[in-house]
Amino acid sequence: MNKLEHILLAKDNEDYALLFQRALQTARIQANLLIVRDGKEAVDYLAGAEPYADRTKHPFPKLVLLDLKMPRMDGFEVLSAVRQRLGFTRLPVIVLTHSDNPADIRRAYELGATSYFQKPDSLEGLDEMIHVLHAYWLKFNHFPE
Amino acid sequence: MPKLASPVSILIADDDAQDAMLVQMAAQRAAVGLRLECVTDGEQAIDYLLGRAGYEDRKTHPFPSMMLLDLKMPRLSGFDVLDFVRRKPELRCLPIVIFSSSDDPKDIKRAYESGANSYLCKPHSSDDLSALLKALQDYWCKFNHFPPQH
Repeated sequence: MNKLEHILLAKDNEDYALLFQRALQTARIQANLLIVRDGKEAVDYLAGAEPYADRTKHPFPKLVLLDLKMPRMDGFEVLSAVRQRLGFTRLPVIVLTHSDNPADIRRAYELGATSYFQKPDSLEGLDEMIHVLHAYWLKFNHFPE
Repeated sequence: MPKLASPVSILIADDDAQDAMLVQMAAQRAAVGLRLECVTDGEQAIDYLLGRAGYEDRKTHPFPSMMLLDLKMPRLSGFDVLDFVRRKPELRCLPIVIFSSSDDPKDIKRAYESGANSYLCKPHSSDDLSALLKALQDYWCKFNHFPPQH
């Protein structure tokens, strides 16, 4: 699978976003990682609001990876904005967070999360997670047009 | 962080007994520790999820962690099951992966709009099926956290 896919990563920790980018490159996954730093930016990006209005520069992603704890708008608020206000019911949104609190997991699914991942705490774990994400979503899953 | 191994039970709703059997065989080859429960139409799938009509005993018929759902089934289709599950508060968090022979964009669009978490097409060869089940198991059972059951 060599087609370039756009993945939006909403994560307030820039170091983590860079690690994620590096892991994609190491795995030779040709995905275009779009990075936003908080929930408000994530919603603006998906809505195509300024400064993200130009879809040639800021393409709509195939998949969103969403942290829960972020400034301005947290991941729960993003989920409800994406599913309710923006009405993007078909966009896969995968929560990627430190928390394995059952209340957080339940709330994320109730708000329309597609899936819930706990962030790996090692580079090896991150590499493995990226392989698994890639194999499942980009090799096997069929997306809506 | 990969989770600790815990028994994962998957409900397969598929009216094609051969497809269901191939999935079970491939799962046995590719994956350990998966418990697969099979039903053969949409009505049975709903009965199973609600624990009624022969599925009352949760020891023999555990509530599943997720469902693999065919679309074209007698009595109630996969779309009917999706609509039902997403409207039922006690069921609506259940991850549902469509497993269908259709790759019709209309079916794919409708499935996501009805609340499918993901959409997989049935592979044509058993090798491809094994690879798909391996990816499915790695993704959903190793890394994903299922909603807590109540």
